[in-house]
Amino acid sequence: MLTMMPRPLPVNLMRSMHMPTDRETAMVEILLVEDSPDDANLMIEALAGGCLNAHITWVDNGDEALDFLRRQGKYTASGPANLVLLDLILPRKNGHEVLTDIKQDPILRRIPIVIMTGTDNEEAFRMAYDLHANCCVSKPADQEEFVLAVKKIETFWLRVARRS
Amino acid sequence: MSLLSPGGRPIEILLVEDSPAEADVTLSALRDGRVRNHVHWVEHGEEAIAFLGRQGRHAAAPRPDLILLDLEMPRMNGHQVLAVIKEHADWKRIPVVIMTSSESEKDIFLAYDRHANCYVTKPLDMDKFIDAVRSIEDFWLSIVRLPAA
Repeated sequence: MLTMMPRPLPVNLMRSMHMPTDRETAMVEILLVEDSPDDANLMIEALAGGCLNAHITWVDNGDEALDFLRRQGKYTASGPANLVLLDLILPRKNGHEVLTDIKQDPILRRIPIVIMTGTDNEEAFRMAYDLHANCCVSKPADQEEFVLAVKKIETFWLRVARRS
Repeated sequence: MSLLSPGGRPIEILLVEDSPAEADVTLSALRDGRVRNHVHWVEHGEEAIAFLGRQGRHAAAPRPDLILLDLEMPRMNGHQVLAVIKEHADWKRIPVVIMTSSESEKDIFLAYDRHANCYVTKPLDMDKFIDAVRSIEDFWLSIVRLPAA
């Protein structure tokens, strides 16, 4: 059952929501790496609106993201991630560093990483692509467009693109 | 959606596809798309490299914003082209969308391992093929922020 979280979401809290649907599909594991609870809230709502068996884990920093992906620390029971939505601006370890760690890892490098970030810095996007981000999306300022963009990311990566 | 390029210039797409029939469908579908684009079609992997390197008859070629790359091609196959692109200091940031009829897990694995940006299988059914191209266009040309050169 889907349980919607109250707003605002507390920081430093991992959110894991299961959204079962009437469509029998394999469970997909989405990792959301986002330090803004407001943005995370919107993204989780947008992803929840999709019609796939998506399990979303939200972390708000890069070290926890890597723990989740490597299934270590408190995430030893987690499934392998099928898609990562990664902000570039994060506390301590920034998004570029997280991206580097993922894409240099022989096991993790094939996971699609979608950079979704509020920065408008062209160089930041160029660097992300150089580090082999699968794609980059600017967070729209308009809330409805933001939600639509997240839904389109989910649709493309979970229904159109093949995954390894 | 997002501003794809300053001045609103058309998106430059390099299509690497050895089947003229499939290239034709792809070209038509992209031509009907919402976002203005120029598609440059080459039939072989070697020509794709020449295009990127602005060699020979491609001396005036624009830098592609996006590459659609088939896997199964004679001589230089898509995996080899992908490896050259993603190991090149200047070209590696150009998004490469693998578009292939291969559903082989090994091909998917290899492609992502070599940093293909994504992998889309070409349906045999014409209408579904067009839908797949439109999905690529809808996402990569409208939602994605493509890298500047």
